[in-house]
Amino acid sequence: MTDQLPLYQLRDLSKTYTRGKESISIFKGLNMDIQHGDFIAIMGPSGSGKTTLLNQLGGIDSPSSGQVVFEGKRIDNLSQGDLAKWRSRNVGFIFQFYNLMPTLSAAQNVELPLLLTGLSGGERKKRVKTALEIVGIADRAGHKPRQLSGGQQQRVAIARAIVADPKILLADEPTGDLDRATADEILGMLQQLNTELGKTIVMVTHDPSAAKYAKRELHLDKGEFVERGKTS
Amino acid sequence: MTEATLIRKGLFRKVLRAILMMVSIAIAFFIFAVLGAVNKAFNAGVDVAAANRLVTVNAINFTVSMPYAYYGRVQGVEGITHVTHANWFGGYFQQPANFVQTFAVDPESYLDVYPELILPPEQREAWLTTRTCLIVGQALATQYGWSVGDRIPLNSNIWQQADGSSAWDFDICGIFTAEDSSVPTNYAMFHYDYFNESLAFARDTIGWMILTTEDVSLNDQVADEIDAMFANSPAETETTTEAAFSQAFIEQLGNINLILTSVIGAAFATILMIVGTTLVLAINERTKEIAVLKTLGFQSGRIFRMILTESFLLSLIGGGIGLGLAAGLVVLIAGAFQSFLPGFGMPLSVVWQAFALMIGFALVTGFFPAFNAMRIRIVEAFGKL
Ligand SMILES: Nc1ncnc2c1ncn2[C@@H]1O[C@H](COP(=O)(O)OP(=O)(O)OP(=O)(O)O)[C@@H](O)[C@H]1O
Ligand SMILES: [Mg+2]
Repeated sequence: MTDQLPLYQLRDLSKTYTRGKESISIFKGLNMDIQHGDFIAIMGPSGSGKTTLLNQLGGIDSPSSGQVVFEGKRIDNLSQGDLAKWRSRNVGFIFQFYNLMPTLSAAQNVELPLLLTGLSGGERKKRVKTALEIVGIADRAGHKPRQLSGGQQQRVAIARAIVADPKILLADEPTGDLDRATADEILGMLQQLNTELGKTIVMVTHDPSAAKYAKRELHLDKGEFVERGKTS
Repeated sequence: MTEATLIRKGLFRKVLRAILMMVSIAIAFFIFAVLGAVNKAFNAGVDVAAANRLVTVNAINFTVSMPYAYYGRVQGVEGITHVTHANWFGGYFQQPANFVQTFAVDPESYLDVYPELILPPEQREAWLTTRTCLIVGQALATQYGWSVGDRIPLNSNIWQQADGSSAWDFDICGIFTAEDSSVPTNYAMFHYDYFNESLAFARDTIGWMILTTEDVSLNDQVADEIDAMFANSPAETETTTEAAFSQAFIEQLGNINLILTSVIGAAFATILMIVGTTLVLAINERTKEIAVLKTLGFQSGRIFRMILTESFLLSLIGGGIGLGLAAGLVVLIAGAFQSFLPGFGMPLSVVWQAFALMIGFALVTGFFPAFNAMRIRIVEAFGKL
């Protein structure tokens, strides 16, 4: 096991955008470890760099300097192609606006990540079914996204994120577009994935009551972390 | 679900748009294939021309005749195996609309020069010995329902007999066929002597001569010698290969090749731009979806291939439909006008060209959308909501 090693080690991570002569530092010298099985809520004011940080963790954006170490290996210096391969094996993404393929059914959307594996059609079907059952939406497998409510779409998106059994789930405001009750359902489900299936989760949210579902809250402000204990 | 499902769903994301693009492509390929078949039919004479066959015409123009005496003089030229001559009769049957392509020829030498024409031995005998004999090509005989033994009149819209009549009576004594179906048999021939002796004017002239050389390598030498022989005479000649002569004949009808190429080119250029632009816009619409695929781990190269495959599918379906409809139409026309258009059909070469064009079309219209899709940056794509 790699339990001794944290899942992620962020080392001196900086991100700077340059627009013309101006350069804006989003964060500078961030250091953080994420342990296996953790559930972290990242909070902070709008524009503080939460999404930017999550993109570094997910390998869809690269830092200006510093290192992102995943299971002891740097990912910040991988090529685009290697990063894509790495993402398909290790990361499940959950977005605020679900980002499902409008032309595909719920089941087909969930199957998408499995097309990148060597699994047979039958095996893929089985896994899709399991994932849909975990998120409680198996009865809507044949529905297109536009035939589903926001909460249902987010369930499908979560099923898509977990179907390939990734090591980390990254969620950017997963309940930002949902009402309180639906948000609580979704958050409860994420919590369950964390406690029962041991999924490591990093979730960005604005909402303090959403953050309570996490084990740990981190506040990102002016490019620095402020850790706060759970307030519940 | 497989990658093929993804490609299909991508292409038919907006069904009406996909269908409209396919219809446009189908129209372009329909035009291409039909005109290609027409062009091929017009050029059939060029293709069946024997390489060692030369044609001597009046240097002014092939419609202007020359003295019969030339025939005798050409026979003496070194390197020639056979010479024959022909006159354009300009015939019709009963009424001018029933055009019958008819030549007045020297019976024996004509068959020597055109060995591809087949006449049963007893009919050949009758042809050589019967002054009023008309031999009719199979296609023409079928068209008018003529058979050996029929006696028919043919009128000329050029020539007149001494008695003022423009009608000649003929006995059909042979029906000729050809070894190869691409050789036309939609015409008729009769004795030059019968023709010449009854003429009211322009006797002892011939329309053109056809000759074969011992070898292709002698073509130029023979042609030069013949033309030199009649240089500075009132009727100078021009001798070319039969293929070149057929080409010249076609060009007389207007530069069909150029016209067809322009029409096809314009159709393709228009549809290429429409489909190309539509595809670029269609992929732009899907920027976020493609970014999602990339986020999930789909490689850029794979995205490129998938989008390019969409445009291949589009081209092949649209082009295939157009080609299929064109083939259907051509077969229909060829069946209805079998005798009038003997070489008409959907040539295999046009089919291959069409497929090559489809591939080219797919590459041109698909490259930029596929390239754009490949270059989509995930973070930027999610940035623009
Ligand atoms: N491509 C870019 N070029 C320049 N600046 C950028 C770019 N992307 C993000 N930024 C800036 O980086 C900062 C952090 O953006 P980010 O999206 O990470 O914020 P956030 O914390 O997720 O905000 P929100 O809560 O509104 O989602 C913002 O000020 C934003 O304007
Ligand atoms: Mg954000």
